[in-house]
Amino acid sequence: MKTLEIPTFECETGNYHTFCPISCVAWLYQKIEDSFFLVVGTKTRGYFLQSAPGVTIFAEPRYAMAESEEGDISAQLNDQKELERICLRVKNDRNPSVIIWIGTCTTEIIKMDLEGIAPKLEKQLGIPIVVARANGLDYAFTQGEDTALAAMTHRCPESNHRITDQEEVNTAKVILVDTAPNNNLFGQKNKLTKCNLVLFGSLPSSVASQLNLESRRQSVSVSGWLPSQKYADLPALGKGVYVCGVNPFLSRTATTLMRRRRCQLIGAPFPIGPDGTRAWIEKICSAFDLKPEGLEERESRIWKSLSDYLEILTGKSIFFMGDNLLEISLARFLIRCGMVVYEVGIPYMDRRYQAAELLLLQRTCEKMKKPMPRIVEKPDNYSQVQRMHELQPDLAITGMAHANPLEARNIDTKWSVEFTFAQIHGFVNARDALELVTRPLRRKGDSIPGCRNLSKQTVNV
Amino acid sequence: MKLAYWMYAGPAHIGTLRVASSFRNVHAIMHAPLGDDYFNVMRSTSERERDFTPVTASVVDRHVLARGSQEKVVNNISRKDEEQKPDLIVLTPTCTSSILQEDLQNFVDRASLSSESDVIPADVNYYRVNELQAADRTLEQITRFYLDRSRKQNILDRSVTNKPSANIIGIFTLGFHNQHDCRELKRLPGELGIAVNQVIPEGGSLKYLKDLSRAWFNTVPYREVGLMTATFSEEEYGMPYISTTPMGISNTADFIAQIGKLVNVWTSAISEKKFNYELYVDNQTKFVSQAAWFSKSIDCQNLAGKEAAIFGDATHAASITKILVKEMGIRVSCSGTYCKHDAEWFNEQVQGLCNEVLITEDHTEVGDTIARIEPSAIFGTQMERHIGKRIDIPCGVISSPVHIQNFPLGYRPFLGHEGTNQIADLIYNSFNLGMEDHPLDVFGGHDTKEISAKSLSTNRKNINWTPEAESEPKKIPGFVRGKIKKNTESSAIQNNISEITIDVTFVAKEKLSP
Repeated sequence: MKTLEIPTFECETGNYHTFCPISCVAWLYQKIEDSFFLVVGTKTRGYFLQSAPGVTIFAEPRYAMAESEEGDISAQLNDQKELERICLRVKNDRNPSVIIWIGTCTTEIIKMDLEGIAPKLEKQLGIPIVVARANGLDYAFTQGEDTALAAMTHRCPESNHRITDQEEVNTAKVILVDTAPNNNLFGQKNKLTKCNLVLFGSLPSSVASQLNLESRRQSVSVSGWLPSQKYADLPALGKGVYVCGVNPFLSRTATTLMRRRRCQLIGAPFPIGPDGTRAWIEKICSAFDLKPEGLEERESRIWKSLSDYLEILTGKSIFFMGDNLLEISLARFLIRCGMVVYEVGIPYMDRRYQAAELLLLQRTCEKMKKPMPRIVEKPDNYSQVQRMHELQPDLAITGMAHANPLEARNIDTKWSVEFTFAQIHGFVNARDALELVTRPLRRKGDSIPGCRNLSKQTVNV
Repeated sequence: MKLAYWMYAGPAHIGTLRVASSFRNVHAIMHAPLGDDYFNVMRSTSERERDFTPVTASVVDRHVLARGSQEKVVNNISRKDEEQKPDLIVLTPTCTSSILQEDLQNFVDRASLSSESDVIPADVNYYRVNELQAADRTLEQITRFYLDRSRKQNILDRSVTNKPSANIIGIFTLGFHNQHDCRELKRLPGELGIAVNQVIPEGGSLKYLKDLSRAWFNTVPYREVGLMTATFSEEEYGMPYISTTPMGISNTADFIAQIGKLVNVWTSAISEKKFNYELYVDNQTKFVSQAAWFSKSIDCQNLAGKEAAIFGDATHAASITKILVKEMGIRVSCSGTYCKHDAEWFNEQVQGLCNEVLITEDHTEVGDTIARIEPSAIFGTQMERHIGKRIDIPCGVISSPVHIQNFPLGYRPFLGHEGTNQIADLIYNSFNLGMEDHPLDVFGGHDTKEISAKSLSTNRKNINWTPEAESEPKKIPGFVRGKIKKNTESSAIQNNISEITIDVTFVAKEKLSP
């Protein structure tokens, strides 16, 4: 992978608001149906899970806290015994197929040896225990999923690839398989290329099947997903398996897949927006030496269907404060929609993993004749707000902590977390993504006199 | 280690932040890792706060872990001092800083040398106290800091105001209906001829704290927050306080009687006049508050002997228990609180009013108890509301922790005479809905059942759904499911497709977009 030199990179103080990476529990436990997530840490983390990600807690969630008390911190209690007691209870109450320990800042600071204890307890309890260190010392928000998936890669079975050693040079991945020719709905070719393609990133199952379908249209079959719907169905990995990410925050997982499981990474832009989806599929096709078919028409058809939203967006300006790492892809998509992006704040920028996405961003800017936005890594929220007062963007994509105050200062906002939870991947969901972006712009109406600028403080810029 | 799914009271630093951010122009800096500033989210969303929450984190990352905070915290304090010029910066410890055992006092000392703002470290032990105790402690700490300093500077005005006046202590951000209670509490003394000297911490300004002791007395409406400040003011400045919560008719009457007593001590000395509030209380009870009449009315008669379970913070659970038993004749089978630290007081309050007292922080224990008792209604927190939903028992929410729906825009006090009206509504509505359910069950429910069971989709005769595709609409939120199904089917008909596979559903979704 090449890294791309982009002149507009900046790095600020890192005084920004984001969710703690343990929040990944909130969506991962729903994705992996037979899992149980145990967050090991103090009350601070537990209170975060129950107050920030919201109501899901009441639906008998398959996650809980192993709450460290004073005795644990001062090592009066034995970590292993304590965890054993708790995991035994979890096993009896819920009988999960896997327990995932989420290490937090607390376990980092007191250096609790989760990775050391896990294999011992795993043997004792007979349940796999996966350890993911999703802590706020090192990571932001969605990177929590990255650590969890990276930890899970080690649990994927070894692929017993049908290719024998002598064929390995060829790394041949093309085995033609006949499928039932009865369904000609999509003008599908009657053969499907049997590729060893594993996609990684947690998506709602319907979005995952949509992406499966997209690649099937190009005769590429997806052999598995990391994570899978069930822990038992984790995809096989190994040499000769191609992997491709669907989300921009999965750089650790990508690295682990390449280095530890010797998979081949397809570095592609991410399937967010029709432009992203097309580039993503094209990149996958090129990895398998296939010529993508009908993609261009398909993309333009989707764009046409978005015309009413594009009308709203064209010429409007947007400011990303940055908190979930989806920012680059979203900015690229929105520039293609005709928006002007002032600033892309982002917690962490992996230039290698996101290289293809950055390149697409640059090309999109050229194509749309828009300035390349400044990309600010580890932003400083206070300075950003000052900049926003100057720039007066039409829309700010921001965390929940800043949304209401900005609205009161006459800046329309959209909660960035919604992009993490909404379905925004693939051709089919492009409309949903724009539905989110345009919502604050559509509802704009100054029917109530004096309803703008409602801050109680005086704004000193 | 403790297995915990949910907690009633938050961690200590939340309490400190709630108090600090309630004062005007006070900034709190947390010594915490990235992501621990979710207090800002809570305040901005639940309270729908228009202004930036004056809380920032001095972020603890790997570097801090390796080398200590060194200059970082001090720099962050100085920076805030320059940028926003707060009157006070409260350095707030979190679990992280207490494990790291960094010397916050030292940071504060260094930072105060250069900053215009006052700087203090919140003196709160993360592992020993919860949110409410920490809030109580922080409020006392800030008040003490300013009163003591004014005394040393000899600017403390210790003369009492000419007219009788009172302080209201303990109204603060994210408190259960606190804003409305505050308005009611300001009105009540007003009608008694008593001025409100100061309300702290909500909206309170530190520069006026020196006049705090000019009030004739303090009132502490909630047990959880403010008692420490009140007792400190009594010890050091001889200010009497009233800790009765004016919730419910008799408690409110008691509250007013106590005010009368305190006020008359001074007025009789100054002007030989005496206030008599008996007539006022009588009038209010009869005409302003409808609750007394309500408890006589036939509605309330129907409630007699019904069973209820109560759970919440000490103040609300105890007061509501009293109201249900003494004012409405409802049987309280179980009353409980999660304020373990105040268990003794709570026990004393509900003594003889309920069959069993439950003191626990474990919501499953509360759930099990409620399931065992099977009351006709529950009065509790947001958690009890969900427990009630699961076992089909109506629930009125009477205490934190709560969701955004318990930060209503309309006027909904729990205190004072208007509060008694609100509570009566809440209680009656909870029971009434419960009763309505039973006749429905007996008579087999509304007769619209058959109608609503009819599928809203188009004629399905010629269309088959594969099981896989059938499961697809189930993933869609219920309220749009019918529409999506219908669209999928009509798209299939248009394309002469007789079997709907999973692919067809996606194609339909795509086409749905104009």
